[in-house]
Amino acid sequence: MYKQNQVKYKWRDRGVLFATLLLFWLMLNNSLALDSLLIGIVVSLIITILFCSGLSFFTEFRFTPKAFVAGILYYIYFFKELIKANFRLAIIVLSPSLPINPGIVKVRTQLKSRMGRLMLANSITLTPGTLTMELEGEWIYVHCVNVTSTDTEEATAQIVSGFESYLEVMYG
Amino acid sequence: MESLLNITGAVLLVCGATFLFLGGLGLVRMPDLFNRIQAGAKTTTLGTLLVLIGAAFLQPEWSLKLLLIGLFLLFTNPLSSQVLARAAHRIGIEKSDKTHVDKLAEDLGDKR
Repeated sequence: MYKQNQVKYKWRDRGVLFATLLLFWLMLNNSLALDSLLIGIVVSLIITILFCSGLSFFTEFRFTPKAFVAGILYYIYFFKELIKANFRLAIIVLSPSLPINPGIVKVRTQLKSRMGRLMLANSITLTPGTLTMELEGEWIYVHCVNVTSTDTEEATAQIVSGFESYLEVMYG
Repeated sequence: MESLLNITGAVLLVCGATFLFLGGLGLVRMPDLFNRIQAGAKTTTLGTLLVLIGAAFLQPEWSLKLLLIGLFLLFTNPLSSQVLARAAHRIGIEKSDKTHVDKLAEDLGDKR
């Protein structure tokens, strides 16, 4: 089923990749002059043809209003977690006893899409005390500064669930 | 108005620099490579983002490009930390004595 989806979305993904690249080019250039626009189009096309199987931000994104709302909520949640992560780390670093209890735990994700998993792994890395180490299918190995539970189910609930609920709507 | 922008920008720059400093302190104080990466990945992301936002307040005409830099940072920073950590684990970098569980090594052991 997953393979079919990939074929179905192939052209859409290429178009989205092309549009993203062109947008980046325009933002960098800050002008809409004809020559720079043409160069941008040609280069974006070449990159799109060469790297069509690569991932871009909207690869496998579901273009529904619900997904966009989830995307915005996801970013709010993400920045909240990022700030929390920094303060927690600051407390650890500044306290003389260095209260850490590190370990590598294993968690499971329900996300099926490649981009969803990538975003999840990245989010885990940037949230309090966790660092993604290895992705293997549905298993993610996470290094924690403070291990609270070595049980897979419990660790999954603590580390993954917050992001997963949003990413599930966005990417599936 | 002008001075308000300047003050906000300066405050953001100082906040960002503080987080970056704490990250550097973390790099020195943490016991092993994995914990150091943890310190590095998080603080550099938020610290640099705050510095970029501060710069955008000081120079509003740069904000589009600063936004781009921020986006690249958000995507590449966690990825590179993750790949470094994975590589370190694969070649068997020593973990600190405080590490009490390593599911990844256990699972790899099963396969060998």
